Amino acid sequence: MPYNEPNPLEVRILSRRFGMPNSHSIETYLATDGYKALEKASHMTQEEIINEVKVSGLRGRGGAGFPTGMKWSFVPRQSPKPKYIVVNSDEAEPGTCKDRLLVEYDPHQMIEGIIIAGLAVGAQQGYVYIRGEYRYLMDIVDRAIDEAYAHGYLGDNILGKGIKFHLATHNGAGAYECGEESALLESLEGKRGVPRIRPPFPAVAGVYQCPTVLNNVETFCAVPAIIMHGGAYFAGLGTPKNGGTRLFCLSGHINKPGVYELPMGFNLMRMINEVGGGMLNGKKLKAVIPGGSSCPVLKADECDLAMDFDTLAAANSMLGSGGVVIMDEDTCMVKAALRIMRFYAHESCGWCIPCREGTTWLRKLLTRFHEGMGQRSDIVLIGDLARNMLGRTFCPLGDAAALPTISIVEKWEEEFEAHLNGEPCPYEKSSRLVAA
Amino acid sequence: MTFSPEMEARFEKFLAKYPAEHKRSAMIPMLMYAQDEVGSITDELVDEVAKRVGVTPLQVNEVLTYYSMLHRKPMGKYHVQICTNISCLLLGGEELWNRASQKLGIGHKEVTKDGRVSLEDVECIGACSWAPAIQVNFDFYHDVTMAQLEKLIDGLAAGKRPEEITELVKVNS
Repeated sequence: MPYNEPNPLEVRILSRRFGMPNSHSIETYLATDGYKALEKASHMTQEEIINEVKVSGLRGRGGAGFPTGMKWSFVPRQSPKPKYIVVNSDEAEPGTCKDRLLVEYDPHQMIEGIIIAGLAVGAQQGYVYIRGEYRYLMDIVDRAIDEAYAHGYLGDNILGKGIKFHLATHNGAGAYECGEESALLESLEGKRGVPRIRPPFPAVAGVYQCPTVLNNVETFCAVPAIIMHGGAYFAGLGTPKNGGTRLFCLSGHINKPGVYELPMGFNLMRMINEVGGGMLNGKKLKAVIPGGSSCPVLKADECDLAMDFDTLAAANSMLGSGGVVIMDEDTCMVKAALRIMRFYAHESCGWCIPCREGTTWLRKLLTRFHEGMGQRSDIVLIGDLARNMLGRTFCPLGDAAALPTISIVEKWEEEFEAHLNGEPCPYEKSSRLVAA
Repeated sequence: MTFSPEMEARFEKFLAKYPAEHKRSAMIPMLMYAQDEVGSITDELVDEVAKRVGVTPLQVNEVLTYYSMLHRKPMGKYHVQICTNISCLLLGGEELWNRASQKLGIGHKEVTKDGRVSLEDVECIGACSWAPAIQVNFDFYHDVTMAQLEKLIDGLAAGKRPEEITELVKVNS
């Protein structure tokens, strides 16, 4: 059984097999139209497949929201080198727990999407990079890959049509940075997960310096539905330029946390109240992280908005990876900023100085501040330090650390002031536990 | 260095996944699985993996020090990882961590004297909607209460296996 009850407001396209008996098996998959999209795609040209994905308005579900069809079209048609498909299943953005379910309940949907991507760009080998903590998913995907080989959906003669595509799993070993595409490629090559300078982009020089399509699990999972029902159908589920549905991971102070598949553009307040069952213990909403801890935090009065990439960007935040973290009135925002910064300081790969030094310095400053040893001038300093990291690193981790910090210190300055004068955290006394 | 036949079969499978000239790709998977059998990543294991993937031991060491799940020193038989990242923090992850640490008298990435239990104040494990969450070795436990955590820690310390501690049921099959 899935970990949370479905909600009637969900539009279950990618998650439609969640909860079915043996949903991960190829038998269940085939009995529910599995691998029919691959059959259909085998009659299409490369341009037709890419065009269908472009029409669908599908945008990268890992966080950046780059149009998937366009990304695929960047892969050179003629290449003397082999081409690769790489799946980013290194889900590690705090607040995000959707890829885990997509892989656990419906691995064949992902595999079918990967093979179709292979057809679209002319790749014959794929790798699924799974974070090391998800050991049990390695076993699930390995079994699904074996089933797909046994049924002729992987191998040298797929569907009996001479189509060649091979797929293998690869495990990470505990590094958030490896979720960044170029660091992931380094890690896949057996190196430290340090990002690469771009250009060249992975579409031209990815794994082993060969043309590579690299997308998030959920992005690949959307592909079979797009091919089966058409790009226009998928696009119509969402808002303009934000096609389809996406899996939102609701967590924090709400009554019904869980992973829910909702149309792009679903209103955030409705998500909290109607899908998430409202605030826990009837408390008031204070803040929402809309898409994983890298996103600027929204104040309660900023949350009446459509959850799509463009609306969130217009609100100076990001849709990110779908991790919606809800915080109530008793949450200490200094503590939240500190915990988020502690994470990025731990996960910084150390290559770019603004990130390596900035995150460490900010972690120390915020620790001191939360303990009541801060000075008034630190409030300005925290914002300044964070702003000095923005745009000054080779990968987005520096920005990911800076953006939530800037938003918290700007929007909740009074909470920082409340921590001055050597007083302990004013929120700590109201800290209450579910884990009683 | 000798491994179990299962581990040798696994190594062979890993090496076959990548183009012959890119055997190095198998390094991290080999280290991850072998450390469970060996107990930790020993100098001997570093040399062996280096030999098998065609790089120097220094190159293996350079890579492995980057990854937080690769351990040069043995962790406990039961490695209890308590998430205190943002979603878990909001629902008591830090209190769980503090209690576990206090009960066992060990800190982050430390091991009890008898080698049975180790603790890690872990970063996000991808269970945010079921917070607070923990992992014992590779098994996930969701919506963990303080009472459950106490049973787990006491049970493990007293020599029980996680399966014998019925207050807590792993969610992955």
